Amino acid sequence: MSTQTKQDAPKARPAPIMASWAWLGLMPFFVFAFLFLLYPSSTIIVRTFQDSQTGAFTFKNLINLVTDPYVLGAYNMSIKISVVTALGGGIFGFLLAYASIRGGLPRFMRSSLMTFSGVASNFAGIPLAFAFIALLSPTGMLTNWLKAVGFNVYDYGFTLYKFWGLCLVYMYFQFPLMVLIIAPAIDGLRREWIEASENLGATTFQYWRYVAFPILLPSILGSMILLFGNAFGAFATAVALTGGSSINLATIVIGAQLRGDVLGDAGLGYAVAFGMVIVMSVVMAGYTILQRRAERWLR
Amino acid sequence: MRRGGVIWSWFWMILGVLYFFLPLLATFMFSLRAEIGHLGFKAYQNIFSDPQFQLKFPASILWAVLTIIVAILIFVPTAYWVRLKTPNFRPAVELITLLPFVVPAIVYVFGLVRTYSQPPLLIVNSPALLVAGYTVLSMPYMYRAIDTGLRAIDVRTLTEAAQSLGASWGTILFRVIFPNIRLSILSGAFLSFAIVMGEYTLAQYLAKPAFAPYIALLIQNKAYEPAAATIISFALIWACMGILQVIGGGDQAQIAGGH
Repeated sequence: MSTQTKQDAPKARPAPIMASWAWLGLMPFFVFAFLFLLYPSSTIIVRTFQDSQTGAFTFKNLINLVTDPYVLGAYNMSIKISVVTALGGGIFGFLLAYASIRGGLPRFMRSSLMTFSGVASNFAGIPLAFAFIALLSPTGMLTNWLKAVGFNVYDYGFTLYKFWGLCLVYMYFQFPLMVLIIAPAIDGLRREWIEASENLGATTFQYWRYVAFPILLPSILGSMILLFGNAFGAFATAVALTGGSSINLATIVIGAQLRGDVLGDAGLGYAVAFGMVIVMSVVMAGYTILQRRAERWLR
Repeated sequence: MRRGGVIWSWFWMILGVLYFFLPLLATFMFSLRAEIGHLGFKAYQNIFSDPQFQLKFPASILWAVLTIIVAILIFVPTAYWVRLKTPNFRPAVELITLLPFVVPAIVYVFGLVRTYSQPPLLIVNSPALLVAGYTVLSMPYMYRAIDTGLRAIDVRTLTEAAQSLGASWGTILFRVIFPNIRLSILSGAFLSFAIVMGEYTLAQYLAKPAFAPYIALLIQNKAYEPAAATIISFALIWACMGILQVIGGGDQAQIAGGH
């Protein structure tokens, strides 16, 4: 047999040319994303490395970012509030989700909790701030109730408009988010595992210590990291509650910088925004990595 | 589960319910006290008859509707095209759709204002920029909802069947793909609606009329009216989430942002 006959039959028609131009169909999306997301974001990055007077390349703004006491204070407060509400909201949200899914409660509790969580995690910003003003301001409903039984929280150093007050308000959108994202992981805890541990004579503590907790740990950590980012980027709630003055957060610094150059240095303003993007990128990367680890057990 | 465990479950649930409802109860009670001496809906009447409200509430609805239309027109063809023709672009497209999570709203609007407030790009005052911004904010939810919908149908077979009947790309998209994923589009749309109706940062800094900045203004100037506005805002979110539940968006579809 000659090599000639072994060849494939000639193609009936050439491969469609369209295939190589198929990416053109994505152009509207990419143009949109470039104009309204990538380009405005790149402005922040580029100007972080530019001298605001001369436009020359510089690290001055980044150096100012990590040395300016006002900016550092704002970042410090943002991080503190995010850590506290991520831990608090994470633990409370986990307990709620676990109670509703595996806690032996009536079945309808679970779907109600999920609906409430969907509503509460979206009920944020200006209206949320006002709801807590109505509840816990010096003349708020709960404040008055507590006063009536002789316990005025404002005599004990509590203020709605400072750190712990803001934490309490942030928790309102933090723990529902935790409920929503941790629920699939709790669903993934198989009943056979607890039965197997009981058959082997494990105590409840041992089941949690050696089986459930190690399996849930990546999910819990990942969710808490996401909660951290959720609080770190929050702006409207804090502004409505504090008027932007009684507490200083990184987002509030950027908001003030937009109204007028409060930092007295336009370049530093870009660096503050750039720093937030970096923190959020680390958050999302951490969440993605932990989520992948967690998914091993979710099949 | 042992008995002790059930008691703890109830304990955490009751605590959660209190946390959830007490602020709302306080706000609602407060909103009824606009008239001295008795409870009533005076604060709500004041709001509904306020010309500012009559301007800014419909404005927010308009922004939300426009955002949903733009989002559908851009993201449905994109998600469809990625599935059908250019799967190797999937990682790039998905990364971009998730970027709004990395850029907080205040940082995003900072970038928008600084980029588009100097010639030749002086479009910062255009309402179109606000709609584009909202489309970006809704992108993670909208795109994911649409993509989930497309995963559930056989895009390739539907397309080939339509093509063999002589359908154009427009016909395929609007008369074949759209109707098949309309529930997914709807769930994305209602979530976007809830986000835009409660959004403060973009509208405030792009200086456009909207509901959330209006509530912020009320908080500074009035006592009982912001309570009524808060209840209205909450009712809106509740309605959107209720519709989402009915449509069956699932737990994950409800996670949104804009704090």
